[in-house]
Amino acid sequence: MTAIYERELDSLMNGLTGYVYGALMLLFGGIYVMAYHLEGSVDFTYVLYSMTFIFLIGIPLLTMRSIAEERHQKTDQLLYSLPLSMTRIVLGKYLALATVMVIPVLILGLYPPVVNALAESGTIPLKSAYGALVGFVFLGLALTAIGLFVSSLMENVGLAAGACFVVMLVLYFLTPLTGYISDSPAASLTAFCLAAAVFGIILWRLTRNGGFALVFTAALEAALGACFALWRTRFGGLFAEVVGKLAVFDRFDSFSYDIFDLRSIVYYISVAAVFLFLTVQSMERRRWAA
Amino acid sequence: MIQVSHLTKRYGDRTAVEDLTFTVESGLVYGFLGPNGAGKSTTMNILTGCLAATEGQVTIDGFDIFEQPAKAKARVGYLPEQPPLYTGMTVREYLSFVARAKGVRTAALDGELERAMTVTGVTDVADRLIRNLSKGYRQRVGIAQALLADPSVIILDEPTVGLDPLQIVEIRELIRSLGRERTVILSSHILSEVQAVCDRVLMIHRGRLVASGTPAELESQFAGKITYRITVKAGPLEAREALEPVPGVTEVLAKPDEAGRCALEVSVTDPDGDMDEKLSFALSDKRIPVLRLEREQASLEDVFLALTRDAGTGGQPEGKRKRRKRKEAQAS
Repeated sequence: MTAIYERELDSLMNGLTGYVYGALMLLFGGIYVMAYHLEGSVDFTYVLYSMTFIFLIGIPLLTMRSIAEERHQKTDQLLYSLPLSMTRIVLGKYLALATVMVIPVLILGLYPPVVNALAESGTIPLKSAYGALVGFVFLGLALTAIGLFVSSLMENVGLAAGACFVVMLVLYFLTPLTGYISDSPAASLTAFCLAAAVFGIILWRLTRNGGFALVFTAALEAALGACFALWRTRFGGLFAEVVGKLAVFDRFDSFSYDIFDLRSIVYYISVAAVFLFLTVQSMERRRWAA
Repeated sequence: MIQVSHLTKRYGDRTAVEDLTFTVESGLVYGFLGPNGAGKSTTMNILTGCLAATEGQVTIDGFDIFEQPAKAKARVGYLPEQPPLYTGMTVREYLSFVARAKGVRTAALDGELERAMTVTGVTDVADRLIRNLSKGYRQRVGIAQALLADPSVIILDEPTVGLDPLQIVEIRELIRSLGRERTVILSSHILSEVQAVCDRVLMIHRGRLVASGTPAELESQFAGKITYRITVKAGPLEAREALEPVPGVTEVLAKPDEAGRCALEVSVTDPDGDMDEKLSFALSDKRIPVLRLEREQASLEDVFLALTRDAGTGGQPEGKRKRRKRKEAQAS
């Protein structure tokens, strides 16, 4: 696993990828720090809150090559023939990506004391600043896992970057988007059913097993219908509520309100774990139908 | 030792490999021979654990590739059709990565790298970027990668494809030298290559094993028909009378020409291997001058073509085949 980790790190740092990502994060981090703190704000969490938007470009940039490039160059054959489990290979890659993802964020962590030392009036409360920074790191870890998964589905690096960007964009605007769904129970049910159908399609594409995906989706839809029949009134606005709870980016909001939300940290870890698991599955699937 | 039993691989409703069963003994060079699309790469990918089989079992030194993949894979070195090289690394960096990923200990790393690089002759280019290497050197690096961590079996998928004639000779020599110490399985659609390098041949066609054995065995197995082409200075009747009584002769076809010569096609069975003498003595006893006497036996190539040329999909157009043969003749 360390060999995989080091090679991945090496390819990130010997190519442009790691530096472009780092430069992007530090450039915008610097711009935001200047913009907010020169205006006299003492809230570093604003900086991080704005920086989440930079992940939209940063994460696809960072993760696009990770697996798509291996597919493209056919070096994935080597990975498959190594006496290593796919979990270790994926984990090695993920840890390398996470390392590169974290480095500029840690550098951002130097800003609050620097600003405090230079500022003439007002100081940034370091406790809330670093609390938010921890949340920011975990958000990045979750997004990196999602990016790695998207890359594992693609054979073309550009396509992987594009697809990852779209996924990040949808995740970023998830809550505003659900605002367009009316609060009525029926609208909520429709949205749930549509989501289940989309999930079914993804399942079908992933497993290439139409029958299984169909049965699973039908069962999901039936369960939704049954729940709807039982707790009709509860469905009012439920979709927006659930999505609000699941939206990766919105989970960061609490940190910017100066709340260290442990549940969000646990949530980010779960998201990362789920997507790493899916990445392993997506790699293993290629073993079945190359 | 590798044991493959009832191996089947289906992609949807297309069957790539069907009910393949064979055993690979230690210390020999095996050649997988078959036309393009016969299922060679699929089989090799399954043997190395890169691909899962639909049915069947593969064990390497007693370890099932599906049940105990780590142990089985540790015994196999694999060079896929396209060498899996990270072109942005130097040869040394790349080999060091593969060695460590294969679990070579840090203390043994340098020695292991040196050994693999010396055997494959890439020491000179150790610190060059793989991106800048020629195809022949890349192939060598690919083989070096397969040799790391001392596997008992080396599997090479079409190791000489795309190389120039000199490189082909070099790689073949390398394979032969590897075969002295360990089991080597290589695939090829080129006959002369298999004939030149392999101790055993597994002919595969449309995902099925159609023949196996040593090159000589295969030739004799399918050599039921031996034909002599003889040109004599005599009439067709005369020639036939001389040859037909010879024991072992089954058929004599005679074609006279205007100059008083006669071209004969004599089909024989030759259990004692003395047909050359028998035929020439029979003719000289009758005082028939022999202008030409040539023995033709089914070669591995004929066997290959006979087995693979069915329903018009196996064999290649005659012209193309001849051209390729000529090219190989230059190469070897």
